[in-house]
Amino acid sequence: MTASQQNIYTVTQVNTYIKGLLDGDSALNRIYVRGEISNYKKYPSGHHYFSLKDEQGALRCVMFRSAASRLRFRPENGMKVIAFGRITVFPRDGGYQLYVDAMTPDGVGELYIAFEQLKAKLGGEGLFDPAHKKPIPRTPETVGIITSSAGAAVHDMLRILKARWPMTQVKLLPVRVQGAEAPPEIAGAIAYANRWRVADVLIVGRGGGSMEDLWAFNDERVARAIYASEIPVISAVGHEPDVTISDYVADLRAATPSNAAELAVPDQNDVYGALKSLQERLNQNQLARIHQFRVRMERCARSRVLTDPMAPVNDKRMALDYTTQRMNAAVERTLYAQRQRFAALTAGLDAMSPLKVLARGYAVVEKEGKIVSSVRQAELFDQLHVRFSDGTLICTVNEIKE
Amino acid sequence: MAAKKKSFEESMLRLEEIVARLEQGEVSLEESMTLFEEGTKLAAACGKQLDTAEQKVWKLTKGADGAPVAQPMEE
Repeated sequence: MTASQQNIYTVTQVNTYIKGLLDGDSALNRIYVRGEISNYKKYPSGHHYFSLKDEQGALRCVMFRSAASRLRFRPENGMKVIAFGRITVFPRDGGYQLYVDAMTPDGVGELYIAFEQLKAKLGGEGLFDPAHKKPIPRTPETVGIITSSAGAAVHDMLRILKARWPMTQVKLLPVRVQGAEAPPEIAGAIAYANRWRVADVLIVGRGGGSMEDLWAFNDERVARAIYASEIPVISAVGHEPDVTISDYVADLRAATPSNAAELAVPDQNDVYGALKSLQERLNQNQLARIHQFRVRMERCARSRVLTDPMAPVNDKRMALDYTTQRMNAAVERTLYAQRQRFAALTAGLDAMSPLKVLARGYAVVEKEGKIVSSVRQAELFDQLHVRFSDGTLICTVNEIKE
Repeated sequence: MAAKKKSFEESMLRLEEIVARLEQGEVSLEESMTLFEEGTKLAAACGKQLDTAEQKVWKLTKGADGAPVAQPMEE
């Protein structure tokens, strides 16, 4: 076999070929590698160069500035870490290396410690105080969503909001939800939503992911922005078991973004039901009231004053008649008594009348208007009036006999 | 501009108040008729709002002056 019988490749062709092989292997495109950091160097460009090694070997690594800026710890030689990235060839020297996208300390869990420390700190400041939590409005007109506009979470939320409460007006404030920029963006969006009062309730969150993916919601800036929000905040981070600092600070914690959408608005079916029941109560009540008034009215209508309006007049008339009758009777009695008395008196008077005596033949003798009852009252030649019942004789005394 | 239209929540609260008031019973017939009429109108308006509701989604971006600019989002 000679060189002329074979294809001859350039170095670049070989490197490019190998690079193609590596890049085509999906296992190498997203790979987690556990190892110990050595030869750690940070260049002025901001890129980090180091090796990961274990007992038997070493792997060259590079972490570009953008990825390095998201590190939440300072890497040091000898530190055990888990790096995530892709392995590919660096054509310049033909060496393959791990291009690190993310790196976390291995073992105890630095994140766990950081989480617990921040939780204790903010809890101590009262950021989780139930007394500070605001009620979620029953039927918000506008729901603000602060999340990534790219993920499935936002679509799930919109779908559920629409199904439950179609009159919802949704204001979407797109933010990055992971990476170093995420916390200031999320905190900024919360403050912005408050400044412009864009919604009646805010949903802040993202879909599920690793603890690292959710880390922005364990950021102190986000926690403080949620605490400062005057608009009630529902946190909706990851899946049910994931609990972040945001969940502790929020006015309401939803297990998932979908759950947040359920908590933010009522179900229209329930509201239809409530509305129907209110309407029925309204109608029932008014029918009952009208019936009640009708019964009252009918009771009044049956009363004697309305059925026999002349009754009081008649009663009065009867009373008047009775009184008149009594009065007449009384007057009559009096008249009769007087009449009787008059008759008696008249009879007496009649009996005693001198005219009666005269009528029997007696006469009354008067001298100068005075009655003469004795011969001694007269003298000879006196003129005497002798009165009879039918007239008077005027006589002269001729003789007096005793 | 005309008086602000009652929000759904305001309407529901007023409707609940009216029903409670009527159920307490101490209102005159005239007053109850007025309340009943208002309640019936509110119930109808709420129902209509529910029937005709349509979700609207806006994406907010910061305008030049800092105020939010709302762009409707098509689904």
